[in-house]
Amino acid sequence: MPLLKLTDVRARYGQVAAVHGISLTVDDGEIVSLLGANGAGKTTTLRAISGMVATEGSLAFDGKPLPRKAEGTARRGITHVPEGRGILGELTVWENLKMGAYLRRDRKAVASDLDEVTSELPWLRARRDQQAGTLSGGEQQMLALARARLARPRLLLLDEPSLGLAPIIVEQFFALVRRLNEEQGLTVLVVEQNANAALELSSRAYLLEVGRVALEGASADLREHEGVRKSYLGY
Amino acid sequence: MAQFVQQVVAGLGDGAIYASLALALVLIYRATHVINFAQGEMGMVSTYIAYALIAHHGWSYWPAFVFTLGVSFLGGFAIHETVIRPLHRAGELTVVMATIALLVILNGLVSWIWQPDEKILLSPLAGGTWSIGSVAIPQQSVYDLIVVLVCVTLLWLLFRYTKLGLALRASAVDPSASRLLGVRVPWMLSIGWGFAAILSAVAGMLAASAQFIFTPGFMQVTIIYAFAAAILGGLESPVGAVVGGLTLGVTINLLGTYFPGQISPDMRLPVALALLLLVLVFRPAGLLGRTVVRRV
Amino acid sequence: MITRRFVAGLVATLVAAAVILVLPLFLSDTHEYRFAFVATFFIAALGLQILTGYAGLISLGQSGFMLIGAYTTTILSVDHGWHELATIPLAGLLAGIAGFLFGFPALRLRGAYLALATFAIPIAVIALAKKYSDFTGGGGGKNLTRVLTGHEAYVLTWPIAGLMFVLAWLLLLGKLGRSFRTIRESEIAAVSSGVNLTVTKTLAFGISAFFAGVGGSLYAIVIGFVNPDTFSINLSLLLLIGVVVGGLGSLVGVVFGALFIEYVPLYAPDILSWAEKPFGSPLDPQRAGAGAAVYGFSLLLVLFLAPYGVAGLLRRAYKSLAPSSYTH
Repeated sequence: MPLLKLTDVRARYGQVAAVHGISLTVDDGEIVSLLGANGAGKTTTLRAISGMVATEGSLAFDGKPLPRKAEGTARRGITHVPEGRGILGELTVWENLKMGAYLRRDRKAVASDLDEVTSELPWLRARRDQQAGTLSGGEQQMLALARARLARPRLLLLDEPSLGLAPIIVEQFFALVRRLNEEQGLTVLVVEQNANAALELSSRAYLLEVGRVALEGASADLREHEGVRKSYLGY
Repeated sequence: MAQFVQQVVAGLGDGAIYASLALALVLIYRATHVINFAQGEMGMVSTYIAYALIAHHGWSYWPAFVFTLGVSFLGGFAIHETVIRPLHRAGELTVVMATIALLVILNGLVSWIWQPDEKILLSPLAGGTWSIGSVAIPQQSVYDLIVVLVCVTLLWLLFRYTKLGLALRASAVDPSASRLLGVRVPWMLSIGWGFAAILSAVAGMLAASAQFIFTPGFMQVTIIYAFAAAILGGLESPVGAVVGGLTLGVTINLLGTYFPGQISPDMRLPVALALLLLVLVFRPAGLLGRTVVRRV
Repeated sequence: MITRRFVAGLVATLVAAAVILVLPLFLSDTHEYRFAFVATFFIAALGLQILTGYAGLISLGQSGFMLIGAYTTTILSVDHGWHELATIPLAGLLAGIAGFLFGFPALRLRGAYLALATFAIPIAVIALAKKYSDFTGGGGGKNLTRVLTGHEAYVLTWPIAGLMFVLAWLLLLGKLGRSFRTIRESEIAAVSSGVNLTVTKTLAFGISAFFAGVGGSLYAIVIGFVNPDTFSINLSLLLLIGVVVGGLGSLVGVVFGALFIEYVPLYAPDILSWAEKPFGSPLDPQRAGAGAAVYGFSLLLVLFLAPYGVAGLLRRAYKSLAPSSYTH
């Protein structure tokens, strides 16, 4: 049984429909990417999963229907790192990290997770009192990921993590995500306009066009697909 | 010299009341971006509740004081849930109008239920003075200052060091990101209103003692000073509200004492507002407010 | 330019004008007198609509400018023998200049800060009126020499109200109206489209104060008496309530707003008695405060049921009647 299963999901902003019936699955331990151009409905799909937009259709998580509110999906173990990273700019780095563990009650485990995360990225501890809004884009992205890890999510949703970041930072970031997936089995659904990076990271991908799934399959296959290569990979 | 010290202390006492109410305004503005015109009246209602407990049900001062704070918290919470939240989609001005409606309703209800005649709610320290040499320090003023500082400190500790406080701050900073982290943001905002109601209850009960007698309209001048203090300090700055309130209290008192001709009691309010306008011309975001650079 | 919306507005205006023309035949003198007050509030609220509804600048100072207009008329007619009607334009002008001048320091303030700064206007003006009592009659106020009957008041005020309405409409028609609306949406966008913020904002204040001055002047003439405390912040709040209830951005809506602020407080005790009947009247509706509570509650009700004001309701009704052809 897949961890996440969307069946014919529709979502709209007010009167404007952005997603017209998307079906996809994500299995435990997978990295799946959602590709597509601007306005294809990728971000909306993530927001439909996390409960930030009104939806119709079936959204199942762990076999049970997903709550339709963000507070509810977070409680089920879905952590959504939104476009723009969603860093609480006026709070400090440390406070942002602590907010990652907001829903957790196991204080000792949270403390050890904090240790683990900050040992990998020592600057988090060194600059703990710095206002998070003053960090660079890449640093904010790393902070967002660290914060997400503190939630110990069952499913991590990443919305356009590479946006506005230098290629080398993007590489580092995706390397970290891959490592977390391999070592800890972190399940990830990533939305990306940077199709190259996304296809390299994920094992499976869905290509969205105008609010629908146009193509799906193994990332390796999509990379060879001529249409995809021409429109999205640039060669 | 003796008079100077006396007036400064008296000014700090008045200022503490303005500070408490101003802080309530800032809290609400930071959380929900609403100017709550009814904040003074909410404090007034709290005062009448305390009065009723003491005068009609024989409670003594401190238990009534604390109980009123609890009731006020619930009242503030309820007002946000039932009135403010449902309307917030209709725009800032509509919500402000709703607070004005509340102002009118609360004032009317209190007059109706308790009658507009003069009432008394005296703290245990009202009217007393401590003599230090030739200086007569009004006890009430010191008491006002201490009570407000204690409340403000407790609130600060809560916001700074507790999980709830962190969640409250996060909700004000970025409601949508906070929801994704699992925070029940609307709940948090209502809690914010609850705390603001506690602050205005404190201001009301202290003001009632300071003025010796009170009627349903007794907070209407205080709220104006509180607005001035909040703006002076910068509507988003809690520190500014407290500093602004204390400064305003002391300044008005001193000006009134040393320039009694020009600054009669009637003129105090316009002078306060003139000062406010002056500050705003040079620092549009208040003295401690964040200067958003918009060279437009 | 002759859009469906324009036609709808025109029809509404003509209907309203017709009603106003015909009404005196059905009203007693007292009621005509009350209705004359509605006209004075209507004019002042019109000014506020321009400032707040169109230019998006929330102001609580309108009553202060009304005071300036009211006292101009009073002092000129009582102390200097001017005919009351002749004072009206000057009253508006002086108030308008005051508003215009206020616009300059207000340029740097936005939103909440601006609203609270305007708070100071009525307070300052009232204090000044009380201070220079030789001039103004101080806190005790000043009487005007002429006393009007209800009918006279009605006939005086409503044509002027109509005139001011047309004036407002014309002002908002062209570039100025668009500049106002752009500022309301976004000041940055306004500047990029070439709107001169300084000129536009000070003009907005000046124009709305002019309207307030005319309204205040008429108010003084109708009531025959001026007193500084009449023009307190409460009156400003009342006018703002009128504009919001009528519908922000709707000139025609202001009529409903003016009706609301004149009649609801008046009939509040009656509304309360009627509402209490099923419950056996536990609380005396005549007691102090009851009326205010009902008034506030009605306001809240309107805000909940019609957050875009009466104009918004009418627009929705109109839409539901002609859904396919309505283009915004």
